[in-house]
Amino acid sequence: MAIFINEDSKVIVQGMTGSEGMKHTTRMLASGTTVVGGVNPRKAGQSVEFPGDVTVPVFGSVAEAMQETGADVSVIFVPPAFTKAAVVEAIEAGMPLTVIITEGVPVADSAEFFTLAQQAGVRLIGPNCPGIISPGKSNVGIIPANITGPGKIGLVSKSGTLTYQMMYELRDFGFSTAIGIGGDPIIGTTHIDALAAFEADPETEAIVMIGEIGGDAEERAAAFIQANVTKPVVGYVAGFTAPEGKTMGHAGAIVSGSSGTAQAKKEALEAAGVKVGKTPSETASLMREILS
Amino acid sequence: MDLFEYQARDIFEKHGVPVLGGVVATTPEEARAGAEKLGGGTVVVKAQVKTGGRGKAGGVKLAHSPEETAEKASEILGMDIKGHTVHRVMIAAGARIAEEYYFSVLLDRANRSYLAMASVEGGMEIEQLAVERPEALAKIAVDPVVGIDAAKAEEIVTAAGFADDVKEQVAQAIQKLWTVYVEEDATLVEVNPLVKTEDGQIVALDGKVTLDENAGFRHADHEALEDKDAADPLEAKAKENDLNYVKLDGAVGIIGNGAGLVMSTLDVVAYAGEAHGGVKPANFLDIGGGASAAVMAAGLDVILNDPQVKSVFVNVFGGITACDEVANGIVQALGILGDEANKPLVVRLDGNNVEEGRRILAEANHPLVTLAETMDGGADRAAELAAASAA
Repeated sequence: MAIFINEDSKVIVQGMTGSEGMKHTTRMLASGTTVVGGVNPRKAGQSVEFPGDVTVPVFGSVAEAMQETGADVSVIFVPPAFTKAAVVEAIEAGMPLTVIITEGVPVADSAEFFTLAQQAGVRLIGPNCPGIISPGKSNVGIIPANITGPGKIGLVSKSGTLTYQMMYELRDFGFSTAIGIGGDPIIGTTHIDALAAFEADPETEAIVMIGEIGGDAEERAAAFIQANVTKPVVGYVAGFTAPEGKTMGHAGAIVSGSSGTAQAKKEALEAAGVKVGKTPSETASLMREILS
Repeated sequence: MDLFEYQARDIFEKHGVPVLGGVVATTPEEARAGAEKLGGGTVVVKAQVKTGGRGKAGGVKLAHSPEETAEKASEILGMDIKGHTVHRVMIAAGARIAEEYYFSVLLDRANRSYLAMASVEGGMEIEQLAVERPEALAKIAVDPVVGIDAAKAEEIVTAAGFADDVKEQVAQAIQKLWTVYVEEDATLVEVNPLVKTEDGQIVALDGKVTLDENAGFRHADHEALEDKDAADPLEAKAKENDLNYVKLDGAVGIIGNGAGLVMSTLDVVAYAGEAHGGVKPANFLDIGGGASAAVMAAGLDVILNDPQVKSVFVNVFGGITACDEVANGIVQALGILGDEANKPLVVRLDGNNVEEGRRILAEANHPLVTLAETMDGGADRAAELAAASAA
């Protein structure tokens, strides 16, 4: 088991024939992901050769790709101006899970496609995220597969490189699934969604939750943990030194007035019984204590 | 990007929201001309600052003639309001106000949707109203796909309790404000106050608009709205080089990859700095995924030009980026910068191709560069070097 993806996941890539799409499809294939197709209406009917003698067909639409291959996951590598159309196409085709890697998507577009996804009952992850990996099973997105292997820790984070850092710190334990949910103000899958899935996943024994300044997702996650999560959770929050009113890299990472501060998030998590590390390495140590 | 009131007024006018005449001025002479343009009668001279409380600070004054407008403008221009220097005033046509209301539409992160808020008790700080009299503030969810149509506008004005004589006009104004929100890719459109004048007209008297910078690609005209005067010179330089940089008040320059890791690096440096006389991080700088030599050089150049910086901590986790590329970037950047590179650098590399990256740095043996094994160790060393240099 793992959350949201598993060894049977069949993945298509929207934007596969672009430079980012090619690079990351190569990496996904190398890490064992079953990539069954690409989507590009201008290259429909063609196929693309990847290292290791893998040939991936290109389809004209998501619907066609699903029909021909039985794909149940799509990953999107198209530029921001075209992302909404790509996501809406996947939703309308009934794609159960769509992972949006693209950074810089207008928030109005995200609000719209999230609403459509809710209505259609399908899941989105991202945008502005590194994707999701269940080491040894499937890897959808850009998370490096060689940091660590399968294990019992579930990880959910707004940040890509902090995900990698934490996987590296705990590489001797391994992970059931690590999911980067993205740093935008509106994202398809939240900390709470991932926490609920990890709670239900028999292979996950403990959870690392990484948050950062902006919004109140961590506070709401803390309340959710208190009410619904029985597995041990350790937390980390980035951005204690962030000044008010400045966007710190991620579009959603901004302290507005007194709301969205790292301190408030840490306090909310601690009040819910979550041990919160001061640094990534201290957070990893807290997890070690739990698992050893 | 937050807009000034005069910019919000102009955008409102463009989309048919009822506003009064308004002219922006940067000198008393321009203010006089503005008052004349508005007919020479009574006007309000309003400081243009991106903060609240300007009225209490003396940044809003009434003037009854172009002459007096110039005088009031000269009093207000250059004022400091909560740390914001007033560079511009707006000369606004005077209004006879009968009633003050409130309206806003904004991004609702928690519900991943939009929220409209309206009240017939406008004029006061909305945060205060929300706390003291929450029942007086109607909050209505807005579906991002449907938006504020006539039915939704009707729902909002009814929930807020607008009187029958203004309901229709307010609903019309709200639909126009929604047009501003959606067509300009705003994340906040707020009118406080929305007023009824003595002759029964509904007018947006003061507006606040925040635009989504991610949507800049479909709004070529938004770039001109940027307040280039206010940007820190180092931030402006970084922006020219497409670097994601925020200037802070500290002595340890920071370069890293990925927003989360860089934020975390700032925290870890501040934490380590407690043991070294309280030194703090000097900046946020995310060089992103591909840390090429050119990007690294541009980043180092910005940081080394910050006179407050005493040491630099480069913290990179090679995910997609390979550490050997980063190491080559650092070596080449130091070569490009030559004598301008004059502060110690602590470099921590981990992840993809780390052995090769460390080998390249060790081999280059640059006198300014120290290698750190861990993020915590690197932060501590950089803080220590900054403290030693300051002593």
